[in-house]
Amino acid sequence: MKFQKEKNNKSNIEEGIVKVILFIMALSSVISLGLITFFVFNEGLPFMINYGITDFIFGTTWNPTDQVYGIFPMIVGSVIVTVLAMLIGAPIGIAVAVYLVEIAPRRVAKIVKPAIQLLEGIPSVVIGLFGMVVIIDLLRRISRGPLSEYLPAGYQTGYSVLAGVLILAIMILPTIISISADSIRAVPQEYKEGSYAMGATKWQTIFRVVVPAAKSGILAAVILGVGRAIGETMAIIMVVGNSVQIPIPGWETLFAPVRTLTGNIALEMGYAGPEHRQALFATGIILFIFIIIINSLTLLLRRRRT
Amino acid sequence: MVEVKPNHLIKVKRNQVFAFTMLSLAAALTVLILLAIVIYVMSQGLSVISMEFLLDSPKSMGAEGGIYPAIVGTIYLVGLVILIAAPIGVGTAIYLNEYMPDGRFKSVLRFATELLAAIPSIVHGMFGFLFFVIALGDYTGGWSILSGALTGVVMILPIIIRASEEALRSVSNNLKEGSLALGTTRWYTIKKIVLPLAIPGITTSIILAIGRVIGETAAFLLTLGGSLLLATTVFDGARTLALHLYLVAMETGNTEMAFGTGAVLIVLILIINLAATGLFKLLVRRFSA
Amino acid sequence: MTNQKESNAIIEIEDLDFYYNQTKALKNVSLDINKNEVFAFIGPSGCGKTTLLRVLNRMNDLIPKTRVVGKVQIEGHDIYDPNVDVVQLRKSVGTVFQKPNPFPISIFDNVAYGPKAHGIKNKKELMEIVEESLRQAALWDEVKDRLNDSATGLSGGQQQRLCIARVMAVKPEIILMDEPTSALDPIATLKVEELINELKQNYTVVIVTHNMEQAARVSDKTALFLNGSIIETNETNQLFTNPKEQETEDYITGKFG
Repeated sequence: MKFQKEKNNKSNIEEGIVKVILFIMALSSVISLGLITFFVFNEGLPFMINYGITDFIFGTTWNPTDQVYGIFPMIVGSVIVTVLAMLIGAPIGIAVAVYLVEIAPRRVAKIVKPAIQLLEGIPSVVIGLFGMVVIIDLLRRISRGPLSEYLPAGYQTGYSVLAGVLILAIMILPTIISISADSIRAVPQEYKEGSYAMGATKWQTIFRVVVPAAKSGILAAVILGVGRAIGETMAIIMVVGNSVQIPIPGWETLFAPVRTLTGNIALEMGYAGPEHRQALFATGIILFIFIIIINSLTLLLRRRRT
Repeated sequence: MVEVKPNHLIKVKRNQVFAFTMLSLAAALTVLILLAIVIYVMSQGLSVISMEFLLDSPKSMGAEGGIYPAIVGTIYLVGLVILIAAPIGVGTAIYLNEYMPDGRFKSVLRFATELLAAIPSIVHGMFGFLFFVIALGDYTGGWSILSGALTGVVMILPIIIRASEEALRSVSNNLKEGSLALGTTRWYTIKKIVLPLAIPGITTSIILAIGRVIGETAAFLLTLGGSLLLATTVFDGARTLALHLYLVAMETGNTEMAFGTGAVLIVLILIINLAATGLFKLLVRRFSA
Repeated sequence: MTNQKESNAIIEIEDLDFYYNQTKALKNVSLDINKNEVFAFIGPSGCGKTTLLRVLNRMNDLIPKTRVVGKVQIEGHDIYDPNVDVVQLRKSVGTVFQKPNPFPISIFDNVAYGPKAHGIKNKKELMEIVEESLRQAALWDEVKDRLNDSATGLSGGQQQRLCIARVMAVKPEIILMDEPTSALDPIATLKVEELINELKQNYTVVIVTHNMEQAARVSDKTALFLNGSIIETNETNQLFTNPKEQETEDYITGKFG
């Protein structure tokens, strides 16, 4: 028969082999994810259940030498730092994205864009080092100077929530800018023309048409920023002081030294004994769950859009 | 005609001027922050950098001496990670984009890749510690460049996969169909048409992945071992420049030496960013010329 | 072989239905196309003519969630038989696309692309094939001095003729053309049409067009498609001068489409 498959055709054999190899490669990410999930949960979950899930999550004391493992202060630390960093970083990031796509003259955009790319590439330890020296010094002067009579002594070192917030806000800027800019760029030209045709100014068009149309993409950018912030480790360790305590509520919180979930793992894994290590993996599970929730939110958001 | 009050017009105009000023300030602030970091780190670090700094071994935990072992460790690690991750990442992207039919399994693969990208690097580090350092310790040498590299591979795979997929998608369907319609196999079409056209995008993604490995610290903190000695094989422990910076700053408190390492890192990242854009343009021009 | 007509047909389509997802894009199509004739598919856009063309060398396999019901035979072989190698099929049934799609490589490499893929490595042999194909495509004189230049630098009309040469280099028996001149200016169109007239001496050509004058100029037979069905098939001059169906008359007199 004329078009029949030839069993020993060289290119068909090659095609078959290539396909199998590529398939195996494609499985690598699922396998990795499976292994990560398995190992982290396998190490941490039995401990968490033995210790008591509520005691572990809501316990306020972390003292591995006495086998007391409560991570609530770290959860509070991570959440405070992340939320405040988003409050600063998100509006600025979205503003820069709007500026880049809608307003910036080409020459200016040509400078700003690579600058953002570079900012994204700077290692977190370098930003942490900058924070450790410049920002901490500044905050220390403020807290030991004008604010000294209002703050407890432990809050006057400069290592604080505020330092972490500033550093994180800087670090999430590139993520928020690039993803928001993509979604703003994707707003159809006709929407804008429709608005201009009604006599709206450029700003009215941006504020009432472009940004609302790009809303879900911008929201996704913010959510991914949250993920990035909650997972950040090194720069945070270098500036937040890492002491396990729940800060005094009120404005003083800003100057409180805290420890985050990620920091807890990074600081103690090196010397942890078996049970202590399991507790750290259990901390990892909490972090993991945060990330899964955040990612499911973006997935949900994308479903709604399409 | 609707009468427009002149006052209203002035107000609208004033709003726009105010808004645009604020947006421009946000952009200016971002650039200023970058400049502040880069200039500060460079100004603090450059005075430390010398031939001895780059080529000597560290003394007293890195508070004195040079950073040679950290440079070597970084090169080893980056090389090994890319050597493993690039083929797997590009291969995965080819399979997803060119072979796999749309369907549930493909969505699962895509979701897994996304989740893998979202996992904090410290969690990658924990996994690498448990799996590569402890469980496979007999084969990886425990805390070693190999353990660190394998952890790094898992971490940057999603970056390479995503960027390569984007590069492959940008190849026009017209050309693919043109090739297939001549009676060529898919693999031949991929080799001769799709990959050459996607190479600029793929190369950029790999260079940016190199940048990511150089900048990463948390995952390597738990897997590389942080040894100050010069690594000779991939089974030796090591430290990268970023890890060295962290350990020096936190353990010795000698920020001057840390800034020296930071300055080297910033120069590296600058070179990588320039290389990524430069190479992209060069490769695009070469293939279309 | 039971009757004369079938023995002469190189393409035989019998009761063909084609689905995109749940949508039926071709309904109960039957058609015979003879060797060495130029056969035109005409009809308004979305009527199924391009779909049928892509069925003939299974390019529709590349679109997910499509389904073929019915029988398509080429030279007496069922091309949807599970044992058929689409790569072999496409060697015999070449395609020229709507938009010229030369590869962004040299003119020479474009034409040599197919032969190289099929294992011809000898430089001299390749050169002979390239020259012969370019001559057949009436492009040789225009490009013989710049075979190593990039094909993307050619004009639209030259690019399309290059794509035709590229198909001929594989030595197919059937050439499918999907509105091959829709992206070209009138002069380039004329050249391609002249070329089609030459081609039928050696090839069977199936051309999709929504330009009725073009169908009248180049084809021997024409089929009119409407909403996925064939309304009428006939000798081209018969179809245009003496349509049997009311819908054909409406279409060629411009009442719709």
